Amino acid sequence: MMEFALLLAAGAADVPAWVLLAYLVAGVCFILALRGLSSPESSRRGNGYGMVGMAIAVVTTLATHEIASIAEIGMAIFLGGIIGLTVARRIAMTAMPQLVAAFHSLVGMAAVLVAAAAFLNPSAFGILGADGNILAVSRIEMALGAAIGAITFSGSVIAFAKLNGNMSGAPILLPARHVINLGTLGGILALTGLYALSGDAGAGEGMEFWIIVALAFLVGFLLIIPIGGADMPVVVSMLNSYSGWAAAAMGFTLGNTAMIITGALVGSSGAILSYIMCRAMNRSFVSVIAGGFGQDASAGGDKGSAIDRSYKAGSAEDAAFLLSQADKVIIVPGYGMAVAQAQHVLREMTDLLKEKGVEVKFAIHPVAGRMPGHMNVLLAEANVPYDEVFELEDINSEFAQADVAFVIGANDVTNPAAKTDKTSPIYGMPVLDVEKARTTLFIKRSMGGAGYAGVENELFFRDNTMMLLSDAKKMVEEIVKSLD
Amino acid sequence: MDFISILSIFVLSCFVGYYVVWSVTPALHTPLMAVTNAISSVIIVGGLIAAAAAGVPGAKWLGLAAVALASVNIFGGFAVTQRMLSMYKKKERK
Repeated sequence: MMEFALLLAAGAADVPAWVLLAYLVAGVCFILALRGLSSPESSRRGNGYGMVGMAIAVVTTLATHEIASIAEIGMAIFLGGIIGLTVARRIAMTAMPQLVAAFHSLVGMAAVLVAAAAFLNPSAFGILGADGNILAVSRIEMALGAAIGAITFSGSVIAFAKLNGNMSGAPILLPARHVINLGTLGGILALTGLYALSGDAGAGEGMEFWIIVALAFLVGFLLIIPIGGADMPVVVSMLNSYSGWAAAAMGFTLGNTAMIITGALVGSSGAILSYIMCRAMNRSFVSVIAGGFGQDASAGGDKGSAIDRSYKAGSAEDAAFLLSQADKVIIVPGYGMAVAQAQHVLREMTDLLKEKGVEVKFAIHPVAGRMPGHMNVLLAEANVPYDEVFELEDINSEFAQADVAFVIGANDVTNPAAKTDKTSPIYGMPVLDVEKARTTLFIKRSMGGAGYAGVENELFFRDNTMMLLSDAKKMVEEIVKSLD
Repeated sequence: MDFISILSIFVLSCFVGYYVVWSVTPALHTPLMAVTNAISSVIIVGGLIAAAAAGVPGAKWLGLAAVALASVNIFGGFAVTQRMLSMYKKKERK
């Protein structure tokens, strides 16, 4: 019992009170940073709180430690800062998902490096016990922190490669992958236990630590390769969550309040976003992680080939006429709009329509795009006011009163089969009721090729649907010309 | 700080995180991810401690590398969040 109590007394005991308070203030600043995001008006101030919190955490750490290498530390911050600022300024908004994945990988790698540094120099972190071994509880925290960090790193690298097009978005399925993944995860936990119980665990002692790190890198890689492109919003959110848990684990090792608060915030944030994304696809988190979705085109749904069925095709002039005659138009953007970079010309089109007295609104499905909120950022970039952009549940009832639903680059999220066809793989997924509008205009590159779920969209063959077969940007440009 | 106090802070922060994140408007979910990215780089604290300590060169270099990576994230994350947030505008009332 006594031994257990000693074991729990981790970290440096003689930290001055003001230091603990400073880290607490930093943690509170991070809470306020997220709180600010409840509305666009308060969000900019929130971001400011985040920066203040970070400055407090860094300055407090530097002020309370003997620093043997201030020049090198300054250099490291300077170099990292320059790279970060340059990337942040240059990145295209359409590339945000890749950027976020890349940033996640850096957090993961930093967690691994910090854990490894603590492993090699435990006394600097105040986790070296009186018997010359690293405290057992710290060993568990370090091992788990390093493992989560490594999974975040390799998983994010794969997610980045898939999002950036360096790697095909198609799922890569290894035989017996579930057995391999679960076995590797089990191995990591078993080794963590062995390491915690080991009698020789001084500074840098214990092969278990390095094997854990190596296995975790492997498992991160294996976990993400079977997941297809359409499930990337869930993956990115999940990795967001992991980067938080990694920071929290290292916060336990250091007994640092700011790191623990942040880790918990980021961890729950990513988890909630993953949940929202899964709910928007009516899929369980486990089935997303198990991977393989979207490769079996023949699964359920309508088997009729698009080529054989009749549909109505229209020209840009037809579309312009319908749009200009309408009282109310609802635009449904999807990933295709991002790929075609059509958001700016789309804004021009809405401006022209508004001049003609047409009411224009935007409807956004939670999983449109490759990360949560992706479409909102792109529309904001194109100067679409955010109070004209609505979420699925707020606007879905309005399609019935709309004259035109204008679908640009979205597909599965408009498929009425999700409501009616029990055999469809997307059955039960909440979809936008575009077919209830008097006319649906649907921009698509060609009739071949289904959406990411590999399902034919019933909408194409409806009487009130007009297909606009062209590149999204080119089509909207032509519509703008016809409207002028 | 003892383990139980740390654990208490952690558990309570998870609850705070839960309620705060649910109140974030879906329109700002992308900036939310960017800013959580930036703040989770508070792990730089660990890197600084390792980099500052004398004695073990291996740990020092690992710490410096962690500081550099976390700095990319901190500066990049806050800057890109700021850039995104500055684009969200309300309708101009005429």
